[in-house]
Amino acid sequence: MKNATARRIRHLAAHLFLILFGLFFLSPFLWLVSTSLKPDTELFLWPPKWIPGTFVWSNYPDALDYFPFFTYLRNTLGITVLATIGVLLSCPLVAYSLARIPWKGSKPLFGLTLVLMMLPYQVTMIPIFIVFKKIGLVGTNVPLWLPAFFGAPFYIFLLRQFFMGLPKELEDAGRIDGASEPRIYSRIMLPLCKPALLTVALFQIIGSWTDYQGPLIYLSDEAQYTLMLGLSSFKTQHGAEWQMMMAANVMITLPIIILYFVVQKAFIRGITFSGIK
Amino acid sequence: MAVSDPAARTVRPVAKPSSRSSTYKRKMSLYGFLFALPWILGIVLFNAYPLIMSVYYSFTTYSVLDPGEWVGAGNYKELTADNTFWISICNTLYYTVISVPLNIAVGVGLALLLNMKIRGQGIYRTLFFLPSLVPAVASTIIWLWLLNPQFGLVNYVLEQFGIPGPPWLGDEHWSKPSLILMGVWGVGQAIVIYLAGLQDIPQDYYDAAEVDGAGTMRKLRHITLPLMTPVIFFNLIMGTIGAMQNFVLPYTLTNGTGSPANSLMLYVMYLYQNAFNYLKMGYASAMAWILFLIVALLTALIFVTQKRWVHYQGKD
Repeated sequence: MKNATARRIRHLAAHLFLILFGLFFLSPFLWLVSTSLKPDTELFLWPPKWIPGTFVWSNYPDALDYFPFFTYLRNTLGITVLATIGVLLSCPLVAYSLARIPWKGSKPLFGLTLVLMMLPYQVTMIPIFIVFKKIGLVGTNVPLWLPAFFGAPFYIFLLRQFFMGLPKELEDAGRIDGASEPRIYSRIMLPLCKPALLTVALFQIIGSWTDYQGPLIYLSDEAQYTLMLGLSSFKTQHGAEWQMMMAANVMITLPIIILYFVVQKAFIRGITFSGIK
Repeated sequence: MAVSDPAARTVRPVAKPSSRSSTYKRKMSLYGFLFALPWILGIVLFNAYPLIMSVYYSFTTYSVLDPGEWVGAGNYKELTADNTFWISICNTLYYTVISVPLNIAVGVGLALLLNMKIRGQGIYRTLFFLPSLVPAVASTIIWLWLLNPQFGLVNYVLEQFGIPGPPWLGDEHWSKPSLILMGVWGVGQAIVIYLAGLQDIPQDYYDAAEVDGAGTMRKLRHITLPLMTPVIFFNLIMGTIGAMQNFVLPYTLTNGTGSPANSLMLYVMYLYQNAFNYLKMGYASAMAWILFLIVALLTALIFVTQKRWVHYQGKD
């Protein structure tokens, strides 16, 4: 009896805290959507108005006219697709070698992978830029996806751990039956690690979609801008037209939120993984 | 002698498969190497070579336009006399030292609440996670508007409580707290990690504690928090590395200027400015190595303290 009351009080307190903090986490979103639907006359009201007097849906198509949204979208998608194909081709291959093929190099290579995971991006950023500059690829999107085809330490690590967890009998059976290594890999192993591949793809898609520093360094021609670069130059050019910026903001953020709801499990798995092992 | 030795007889039948196993070994070595080849090339092209060149550039006045010349430790010496360099180090340490522990406190606190079996748990979890999905550039714009000194929502709310709102990003004393506040908003991914850590704690411990008459607070103090320390430790390290490298938020907030009064000039921003605005690639390379050393030092420091406060399950 006493226990039940104590628990009810505890739960009530928890709800109270969660709602209070929840408001802090939620209100920027509500404010974003609300501002994106306001007429410009209602932007600078005091006290601010939560619900626009008239819903100006045309802010959305209008915002598209403020900057070449579809060009930026196409550019971003191009980089995202190529980089995602790159990591999906290279990383599981390498991870399989590190986890399942008995050879001398697997251990030192794995150690090196762990070390490189910790290396700050800035240390290699400048020499890599200089190389791309020398071969004339600065100003193209190649530097933004080409490295993906040569593996990325975090994904290799993630997939390696996944491969390690699969039962050893799998490839032994294949090897005894005389199946070649590429065949065991493509027919037995790859299909089994679909969930981990989905997580890798998801992380890369989000990584490429939201990347700012890479495009900032490598792209100078506005015709090649990504959505993130476009959004940031939108901000410098039309800094006071908050309703337009917010409308553009919603359109650029929404795909990620939708993606999250579609493949929630793969998302949480990836984040959990990055934190536990 | 070989005949009389029983061990030798057993060796012979093994001899044949051992030659087969050596071809097997060779085949495996070849496949292992071939499968790992993309990454071996990646290590050479995108890690080893750039690392070596980065050390070399840091001793030269290299810029893209000009091959530059060898200056020895010149860049490093120049840095020690560079005022903005020191400002950027102080700013970055200020930001890191406050934002990382704050994010851990908020993240663990919320994860503890979200781990309770209460109604609406799923909705709450989604709510706290979503902001971490917002791209940095987008969240910059949202917060510039929220923190607008005259028309911003934050100052409106403060006004309701009779607190005069500060000028936030317009004031050199409030700009870093603004940045820290924006960081707290994106704490959702860490919460997911803490929740996973909480779910790894065996129920038996709590049951045993209850038998001994321990209350909620004592269970939290003596079971939950100690067993959460490995996850907190991990987040402390990753958070520190991330905070030291923070770039996109302060860069987009200030259009790369670090204003007001260089108060948002974080280390990597100044590095970027030197490399790509002033094209002082050698100077910026020296900065990159100093950053690497600072990060390595901080990480090592956290590792050293590990014995005092991190408890791994199964160990004392």
